[in-house]
Amino acid sequence: MSRARRLGLTLIAPLIAVVAAALVTSLVLLGVGESVGEFWAVVLSVPSSRLMVTIVNNASVLYLSGLAAAIGFRMNLFNIGVEGQYRVATFAGAYFAGLALLPGVLNTLVAIGVAMAAGAAWAGIAAVLRVTRGVSEVISTIMLNAIAGGLVAFLLRELGEQQGQIRRTTTIPESAWVPGIPLIPGEPSLVYGLALLALVAGVGYAVVLNRTRFGFDLRATGASETAAVASGVNVKRMTVAALLLSGAVAGLIGMPDLFGDSHAYGSTIQVGLGFTGIAVALVGRNHPAGIALGALIFAFLSVQSNALGIIAGISPEIVAVTQGVVVLSVVIAYEVVRRYQLRIEQTEVARALEREPAAGSEVGT
Amino acid sequence: MSKTVTATAAVRLTDIAKRFPGVIANHDVDVTITPGTVHALVGENGAGKSTLMKILYGVQKPDDGTISVGGEQVTFASPADAISQGIGMVFQHFQLADNLTVLENVVLGAEKLHGIKQQARDEIERLSSAYGFGLDPEELVESLGVGQRQRVEILKVLYRGARIIILDEPTAVLVPQEVDALFANLRELKREGHTLVFISHKLDEVLAVADEITVLRRGTTVATVEPSSVTAHDLAELMVGAELPSPSTAESTVTDEVVLDVAGLRVDDAAGRSLLHEVSLRIHAGEVLGIAGVEGNGQTELVEAVIGMRPAAAGSVALGGDDVTGWDTRRRRAAGIGYIPEDRHRHGLLLGAPLWENRILGHQTRPPSTRGVWINRPGAAEDSQRIVESYDVRTPGVDANAGALSGGNQQKFIVGREMSGDPVLLVAAHPTRGVDVGAQAAIWDQIRAARRQGLAVLLVSADLDEVIGLSDTIRAVLRGRLTDEFDPQTVTPQELGAAMTGAGTQPQAQP
Repeated sequence: MSRARRLGLTLIAPLIAVVAAALVTSLVLLGVGESVGEFWAVVLSVPSSRLMVTIVNNASVLYLSGLAAAIGFRMNLFNIGVEGQYRVATFAGAYFAGLALLPGVLNTLVAIGVAMAAGAAWAGIAAVLRVTRGVSEVISTIMLNAIAGGLVAFLLRELGEQQGQIRRTTTIPESAWVPGIPLIPGEPSLVYGLALLALVAGVGYAVVLNRTRFGFDLRATGASETAAVASGVNVKRMTVAALLLSGAVAGLIGMPDLFGDSHAYGSTIQVGLGFTGIAVALVGRNHPAGIALGALIFAFLSVQSNALGIIAGISPEIVAVTQGVVVLSVVIAYEVVRRYQLRIEQTEVARALEREPAAGSEVGT
Repeated sequence: MSKTVTATAAVRLTDIAKRFPGVIANHDVDVTITPGTVHALVGENGAGKSTLMKILYGVQKPDDGTISVGGEQVTFASPADAISQGIGMVFQHFQLADNLTVLENVVLGAEKLHGIKQQARDEIERLSSAYGFGLDPEELVESLGVGQRQRVEILKVLYRGARIIILDEPTAVLVPQEVDALFANLRELKREGHTLVFISHKLDEVLAVADEITVLRRGTTVATVEPSSVTAHDLAELMVGAELPSPSTAESTVTDEVVLDVAGLRVDDAAGRSLLHEVSLRIHAGEVLGIAGVEGNGQTELVEAVIGMRPAAAGSVALGGDDVTGWDTRRRRAAGIGYIPEDRHRHGLLLGAPLWENRILGHQTRPPSTRGVWINRPGAAEDSQRIVESYDVRTPGVDANAGALSGGNQQKFIVGREMSGDPVLLVAAHPTRGVDVGAQAAIWDQIRAARRQGLAVLLVSADLDEVIGLSDTIRAVLRGRLTDEFDPQTVTPQELGAAMTGAGTQPQAQP
């Protein structure tokens, strides 16, 4: 199949999915008697430059979350625990940076390392349970999410400090803050400096998975564990490595906000990012560019929906339906396109065979 | 209607043909099954038995030919159609839910027949006692032994009203006592007027239970015989083909240098039973050691133990003087073991990945597919192109997904890949299974050429043409033990067939 055709087929699936999601959302709106026109007018309006910055910020964080999930997915590991890993990691990074053991930028860098290590360690529990006891990582990571919530709350109580109504870790010294990036000229609100982490992680993901032996082994294990074993992959080791990596990337999710805005871990931390990341990875089909697109769509929809209640009198929660349908239709559309692609590919191969009739198979003549 | 001399056939298959891309699974198949008999269908693996039975059970549609049941021509769109015609199938791999009772397993999917309560229970008890199954409807399937589970499977098809029952290698999973019990059940079923189709490659069993035997070879029916008129030797000959290729007359290339030295190897399954007993073998550079055997006699375990996919419970494996018993698969393959797996889809390919990526599989540590920790895309693609050209792999290009290729072309690609990088030992399991004759000859030529270059080959095959034509030394495997060596120049197919099927009076495995 020509590369152009392959690319065309790759792009058609998300397109179908978005159109289907728009249709279903419209039907739901009609069903509850809301104005379809107003809904789309608000959601599809051109965001203000302030909102654009918010969209980019949200998307960068969702992108990291999507990557974390995608690393597992590429190996058929369902790391549902990104949420818990991210919370444990963000707390660990915030606490460490708040201790101010190191000066300036060094503090930032090491704190990011601490967060990654904490995320990896939390995911590592699931990895060890899987390779030693055969516990499904789906079950263990879901449970670890619940434990993470309790653990962080406990640690916050033990190690944090009270600031007004909320309990939070010691504020990070200003020398370790990461300044924002002026994305849009004249717009006072800034993009997180550490949004760049998303870029770095995305490039790293693409390179490691597609260009290295480690990535090949990981993908091979995901595609066919038996074939991977026969090729010499140590599946247990790969399981541990993939979950540790996934957890480490999950550890990055909280960093842009921590060093760019909040400067401490408190009970106001954004929850649910880890779960949204799973959806983002699904929409992006675990492809680094696809995940970016998915993160942007999700960030765009949730930021744009905030105005729904004020302008159109529609509950913003309706976009959760849109997001959900996007995920479902992407999964379906990709499967349809995949089957179609396989069929035309087989036809092409058969045609190549016919051109050379010598390939005839006269078994047992 | 006048009564003909021969009763109407229970099942008549006429001129059945089934083609898959690149492979003809069945052609010109004619089978007539007399009602109230046990009709055995024998043939080597890959002879087309299972495809034929899938056609009869409605799983696959024939490309040509007709099926008639009880004299009426039928077409089956699905197994449901076959079931409604009174055909039932007992699969080799049981399809039972362990945590349900016998009753629940039997009624599952057939709730409309007799409900799920007392009426169903009565029916099961009636069938069970009528055929001497001795099954308790309330017992959990997980507490049943293998033989009892098989009876549950048979009960399932009887419950659905089957008069013609296909049993796919029913004895493969049974111990001898269970086989006897099964045969008693089959005779009981026959007496009640049921027709049984018995698929097997165990000749002694076939001779013991069948009323008629149809032999399949290379996709077609070669003979239908009565057990009273044939011996196991005759059957073996029919199965493997009387015409034999002249053994390779090329000069021996065997050297003194031992490449693979397996000593006292024992392999156990998860339950601790030995699948391989005290296997010792040596292969020299330039030597092809052929292991002839019917599948399931330990050759898979032997191959996997040599590759490092299965741990040795005892004994050792040495490669070129190094004891590799403790090495993992990757290290062994990096040391120069090429591997042509028996199941190319499970172990040989990533079907959803392009050919050039499949070039890397199993060769992750070696150029040209990788450079250090990096994947060498151009290198892998270029070398894939080389394989495609020199092994005549029919593909639009190296970007095509492996899954889009026909089986024969997939196999040629695997062979080309495993011959790459100058392996010292090639472990080839059924290297030409399911490929057309042209590709088969090409693969044999490649193996012979590599042998002349000093490659040592462990060849596992059920195809006697292949084993005799390629090997310098032949040993047969039967129930996890290797026989003494046979000389391919002098061995007869009867001797070999007997050694691998355990049929007749030929000397069996030496302890």
